[in-house]
Amino acid sequence: MSDVSVDANKSAQEPANTPNSNRRKFLTVATSVVGAVGAAGVAVPFIASWQPSARAKAAGADVEQDISGLQEGQLIRVMWRSQPVWIVRRTPEILAALSVSDDELKDPNSEAEQQPVYAQNPYRSIKEEYLVLVGICTHLGCSPQHLVDGAFEEYAEGVPNGFFCPCHGSKFDMAGRVFKNVPAGLNLVVPPYYFIDDNTILIGSDEVTA
Amino acid sequence: MMSNMMSWIEQRIPMMRVANQHAIQYPAPRNMNVWYVFGFMATIVLVNQIVTGIWLTMNFEPSAERAFASVEYIMREVDYGWLIRYMHSTGASAFFVVVYLHMFRGMMYGSYQKPRELLWVFGMLIYLALMAEAFMGYVLPWGQMSYWGAQVIVSLFSAIPYIGPDLVQWIQGDYVISGATLNRFFALHVIALPLVIVILVFLHIVALHEVGSNNPDGVNIKHKKGSLPEGEKTQYKIHEYYTEKYDIADDVVPFFPHIVLKDLVAFAVFLFIFSYILFFAPEMDGKFLEHPNFEVANPLKTPQHIFPVWYFTPFYAILKAVPDKLGGVLTMFAAIGFLFALPWFDRGNVRSWRYRSGLHKVNLIVFAIVFIFLGYLGGTPQEAWKITASQIATVMYFGFFILLFIYSKNENTKPVPERIPR
Repeated sequence: MSDVSVDANKSAQEPANTPNSNRRKFLTVATSVVGAVGAAGVAVPFIASWQPSARAKAAGADVEQDISGLQEGQLIRVMWRSQPVWIVRRTPEILAALSVSDDELKDPNSEAEQQPVYAQNPYRSIKEEYLVLVGICTHLGCSPQHLVDGAFEEYAEGVPNGFFCPCHGSKFDMAGRVFKNVPAGLNLVVPPYYFIDDNTILIGSDEVTA
Repeated sequence: MMSNMMSWIEQRIPMMRVANQHAIQYPAPRNMNVWYVFGFMATIVLVNQIVTGIWLTMNFEPSAERAFASVEYIMREVDYGWLIRYMHSTGASAFFVVVYLHMFRGMMYGSYQKPRELLWVFGMLIYLALMAEAFMGYVLPWGQMSYWGAQVIVSLFSAIPYIGPDLVQWIQGDYVISGATLNRFFALHVIALPLVIVILVFLHIVALHEVGSNNPDGVNIKHKKGSLPEGEKTQYKIHEYYTEKYDIADDVVPFFPHIVLKDLVAFAVFLFIFSYILFFAPEMDGKFLEHPNFEVANPLKTPQHIFPVWYFTPFYAILKAVPDKLGGVLTMFAAIGFLFALPWFDRGNVRSWRYRSGLHKVNLIVFAIVFIFLGYLGGTPQEAWKITASQIATVMYFGFFILLFIYSKNENTKPVPERIPR
């Protein structure tokens, strides 16, 4: 039966002179279009229901964090959308050391869009002192370790503080910028955030200016 | 290019051959009327149930602790969850509406008669599987009606002598209806029974295409090979699978596009009604989703009035009509069993009621009315008069089959035309 094509069927199944063939064609196309629109409409709820539910959105809402008790050099972890977000209070020495290792970094000027525009500066932060990062390695998603007071020198000579990923050895400096010759390709992500007041950070949204 | 690709595929899988044999060159009687759309409709509803069901399992949690809350979660917090759930719950009722109409069509036109007995039996098996599927699905939201409905239905098995109580415990997986019961019903509802139904539907269609579709006149469209003069054979191209064995009279049209397009018109009308219910009356005033089911299951308190969803109520009325536990259960299952055996109760050889006796027409219409009346009796609160009424109606339900068996042997029928009347 492979020799019977659809066209052969068509000619056999229809009278030779179909009356109003143009009208029929028009009606067929119009009906098919309306049917296709209907099918697309039915698809909407099925596709949309895979979006985060109201509960997931509530769980992923902005997080406020009081930073008044944060000591110099200390790192705290805040959970935002079930991910660790680090807030680090950097000392003047740490900030001064940042520019030293620029040559060893893949993206020292933060050209890749891994941060909001207000954090695209040498310190990758709004206030120099406070670094806010999503603590997830840009390689394969592990959470790097915070190594301080010379512990990081083992991995990067002359750099006392930094982040080291135990999974595949990616290294980041104290602004979350990635070193060369490691598997991660991008700097750590700076989430959207802003200071509600001097002691409170809101993580998850950009500041809305009236 | 296109035809090359088509023939490449055709040589490896018989796509066009099947399309031709079962649709494009399938001979369908040209007098099929509106009653013939419900099979197509049932297929559409089945697809709706499968797709919306898959989506519901993405958020439903089958445990006694979480089931009710997860349905609330679907209704309130999942995007369009309410719509998908209502499509599923309304679809369940729509399924039974079209299936009941489909069955009544078969009874009117004698579509169960020789050679379509197995076709009818497969249809009845689908109906049976569908009832089990609907019952278990209704348990899943774990509301008051879910729980007490399950309690009543599962308790039916305790009427069986000797093994009854152990059987009930085995079905429940506990000493009462519990999370274990819910979880196994979930597995059966989402995997086992849908598979069974899909396979049965496939067999139903295979059987249908082997014996051919009946029609409102019950006239054969396939004639003995060589019995029809050339001018009386159909001008349409019919698949050689049929023409090899029979002469196909000029009483047919190809299933595709003629019948399919007719079905699509009916489908559009169906969608208007379905959507209206879906958006404006998804609970159908407690008929599709019963009010007590909006309260979480409570094993300590039975709702004041308890009845099954509307599509089970005729059988529930039969169950209640018999003042004996085992007797009631047996009578109820016999009611379904008699339907199974319909092809053998009817000893006539005239199919359509158009050519059968007035007695048969009255008998069938009375049967339909009795069935609906039983549904009313089983679906409304218990009252004294209803017990007598349901006993009379039960007798009349079985009376249909007994009468049919008696008069169909020597029935006063009209002559059936050789060909479909023009």
